[in-house]
Amino acid sequence: MPDATGLELIAQQVRENVADEAVTGTMYAREQATLEVAPEHVREVLAFLREAGEPWENLMSLHGCDYLPEEPRLGVHYQLLSMERCDRLCVKTRLGVDDPRLPTVIDLFPTADFQEREVFDMFGVFFEGHPDMRRILMPEDYEGFPQRRDFPMGGEPVLFTFNEGKFPRWYD
Amino acid sequence: MTDPLSVPYRERERSVTMEPMGEEPTHHELFTINIGPHHPATHGVLRLLTTLEGEVVRDVKPIIGYVHTGIEKSCEDQQYWKAITFVERMDYLAYYSNAHAFCMAVETLLGIKVPRRAQYLRVIHSELGRIASHLFALATGALDIGAITMLWWGCRDRDLVLDLFEMSSGQRIHTRYFQVGGVMEDIPPGFEQKVRGFLELMPKRIDQYEALLDRNEIWLQRTKNTGILSQQRALELGVTGPILRSTGHPWDLRKATPYSSYEDFDFAVPVGSVGDNYDRFKVRLDEMRESVKIIEQALDGLPEGRWITDDRKVALPPRHELATSMEALIHHFKLVTEGFRVPPGEAYEAVESPRGEMGCFVVADGSSKPARVHMRDPSFVNLQALPDMARDSLIADFIACVAMLDPILGGVDR
Amino acid sequence: MEVTRTPVDAGDLRVRQLRAQQMLRGELAGKDLDEFVEERLLFTTLETAQNWARKNCLFPLGFGLACCAIEMITVIGSPRNDLARFGAEAIRFTPRQADLLILSGRVSIKMAPIIRRLYDQMLEPKWVIAMGACSSTAGMFNNYAVVAGADKFLPIDIYVPGCPPRPEALIYGIMKLQDKIMGTPDMGWRERYRAEGTEEVE
Repeated sequence: MPDATGLELIAQQVRENVADEAVTGTMYAREQATLEVAPEHVREVLAFLREAGEPWENLMSLHGCDYLPEEPRLGVHYQLLSMERCDRLCVKTRLGVDDPRLPTVIDLFPTADFQEREVFDMFGVFFEGHPDMRRILMPEDYEGFPQRRDFPMGGEPVLFTFNEGKFPRWYD
Repeated sequence: MTDPLSVPYRERERSVTMEPMGEEPTHHELFTINIGPHHPATHGVLRLLTTLEGEVVRDVKPIIGYVHTGIEKSCEDQQYWKAITFVERMDYLAYYSNAHAFCMAVETLLGIKVPRRAQYLRVIHSELGRIASHLFALATGALDIGAITMLWWGCRDRDLVLDLFEMSSGQRIHTRYFQVGGVMEDIPPGFEQKVRGFLELMPKRIDQYEALLDRNEIWLQRTKNTGILSQQRALELGVTGPILRSTGHPWDLRKATPYSSYEDFDFAVPVGSVGDNYDRFKVRLDEMRESVKIIEQALDGLPEGRWITDDRKVALPPRHELATSMEALIHHFKLVTEGFRVPPGEAYEAVESPRGEMGCFVVADGSSKPARVHMRDPSFVNLQALPDMARDSLIADFIACVAMLDPILGGVDR
Repeated sequence: MEVTRTPVDAGDLRVRQLRAQQMLRGELAGKDLDEFVEERLLFTTLETAQNWARKNCLFPLGFGLACCAIEMITVIGSPRNDLARFGAEAIRFTPRQADLLILSGRVSIKMAPIIRRLYDQMLEPKWVIAMGACSSTAGMFNNYAVVAGADKFLPIDIYVPGCPPRPEALIYGIMKLQDKIMGTPDMGWRERYRAEGTEEVE
C-alpha cells in the first residue's frame, strides 16, 4: 500500500493530469489507501493511473457496494495492483441509485468483463460501452437487483409452533 | 464438388490439417452447441455455448450462475464469526483460503494482531489445504482427460489430508478452523506426528503421480501445446495463480506481499514456460512439493503461545476464567449473543489460494454484522481466459483446457 | 501304513462338485435327485427378486452441484469408502441410463428447472437422494437465490443431512435406499414409537 503521503502525491498527480474536480477525496486507514473519484472522470483516472510514472497495470477486482443510508448510495470500487512494486490502490466512485451509469473500462482492463456484468446484475449499475451487458449470476429474466440493501433477503420463514399455522404448506 | 470418399485413403490420411477435403461449402458453417450445465466433466455446473466449425472450437461463451447462492448477501445478515462459515463455502475446495482472506480483512479493520503460533498454524493448514485442492484438481482433471487411475490415487491421498483436518478441527470439509484473531483451537497432541508421517509419504506419492502421467505418451500428446495462453493476455485478463505462473510470470502473493509469516519460510515458486495445459499440470504438481517443504519448516519452527488473540472483545475467553472473572463472563455473553463490533471502515485483503488471488473486501459500519462482504474469487476471473485458451482447438483439447483451468463453480457463482 | 478315515462334511466343495457332476450326467435318481433339487431351490416373489436385482446395481447419475459433490466423488472414487461394494459404481452421465439422482449441493433458482428436466428424462424406476442440508431444506442459505429444499419440485426418497455429510453418512443413506427399494423400508422412529401408518405415501 502507498502510505498516506504517497496517496496524497497520487491524488495530486491525478488532479494535475486529469481534472481538478476528479478527485473527491482520499482515505488512508490501516494501510489501505483509497482514492475517491467523481463518476464522470473515473475512466480517465484509471487510464491515467495505468500509464502513470508509477503505473498500476492490473485491475484485480471490480466490485460494488450499497452504502444505504448514506447518499450517494451505490459505490463501485476498482482495486488496482502494481506487480512491480507489489502495491495496491483502491479507486472508488459513488453513484446515486436512480439510473446509475458508468463508462466501461473493458478496453483498458479486459478483466473487467465478467466483473462489470456482476456489478450490473447485483446493483444495477449500467456500464456504457460494454459489449455484453446482461445478467450473469441471476436468471436472465430476473427483476430487481439482489445485493442492494433494500432488496429483501428472501427465503422461507422458519416455522415454529407459534407461526406454523400462518404459512400455507405446499399440500394445502 | 468431389465426394470425400472417392479420394483414395492414403491421400485422405495425408491431409491432417483442418483444411476441408475437397470444396465442401458446408465445412465453413459455424454450428453452436450447448455443453450444458449437466455434463460429464466433473467441474460443476458450467454451461458453455460453443461455436464449432467441424470439430474445431471457434468461440466459447461460458454461462454461469447455476450455483449462485447469494452468499455475499447472506453474510450481511450474520455476525462476523458466523459469516466465516458462509464464506468458506464459496470456493469449496480451498475452504481455508476463503476463511483466511475474510479473517485477514476483519483483522485489518479491527486492528488486532494474530499471535505467531496462530500464524504458523494457519500456514500449516493452508498448505495442507493447498495439497488437498491440487490433488483433487489433478484427480478430476485427469479423469476428464481419461487417465482414470489418477482419480483413485488422488482421492486416496486426499483422504489422508482430510483425516488430518478431522484431527485438528473435527470436520473433514468446511472446518471453521480459522477464526478472527487466530485459529479456533490449538492442535491436539499427536497431530504433529501424524503430519510428519504424511509429509514423509507425500513426496514419494507425488513421484508416483509423475511416473504415471508425466511419462505417458498419451497424456503428453493431449496436454502439451494445447490451450496455450500468452503471458500478456493472461495479465490483461487478470488471471492469477497456477495459470499465470504456467505462462512464465512468477507472481505469487506468498512471496510478493507476504502475509501470516510466510516470509519465514524458504520455498520456491514453480513457473512454467509455454502456458499450455502441460505446464499447468506441472506447476500444480511442483507446488505440492513446495507445500510439503513449507509444512515441514512450519512444524519445525512452531512457536509456543496463544492460538488466538488475547483481545477478549474479539475472541472467547478460556472456559476456566468464566467461573472466576465477571468480565470474562460478560465478554463471553456479548460475543456469543451479539458478536464483536467492528469500527466503520473498508478493507481489502488478498491471499494466495490454490487457484489464484483470493481477495476479500469487507465494509464495516460499526455494528456486529458486516455491511458488505465481497470475495474476489480467482475462478471467476480465470474463467474469462477460457475463450482465449480454447480458440481454434479441437473439442478434446478444449475439454483438457477446462480440466486444467480448474474452475470451481461455487466460487465463480458465489 | 496307518490309514485314518474322517467323514467329509456334506457341504465340502469337492463333495458338492461331484454331486453336481453326477446330476448333470443323469446318475442321480429318486430320493437323491429330490434332495439335490430341494437344497438349491429358493422361493420368492417376482417382485422381491426384481427389487433385489435393482437395489444391488444402482446407476447413479453423475451430477454434482457444489461442496457435497466433493464428498460424493470421494465416496465413488476413494478407495477407503467406495461405492463399488454396493454395486453402484457405474456412473452414467446421461439421465436416460441412470436411475439414481444424488442431488449433491445447493439448488439455485436458475438450476431448478434443469434438474427437473433431468429428473423427467430419467426412466422409471428412479430414486432421488437429497444429499446434504442444502438440497433437503435450504440449509444455511435461506435467501433469494436458493430453492428451499429440492422437494419443492421433485419427489425425494432419502434425505441425508450434513454439511457436507461424511462419506459414511452418504453410504448409510444409500443403504437405506436399498432397504426402501427392497420393499422393507427402515421405519426408524416409527418402530420405536409404534407409529406405523404415519408415513406420507405418494
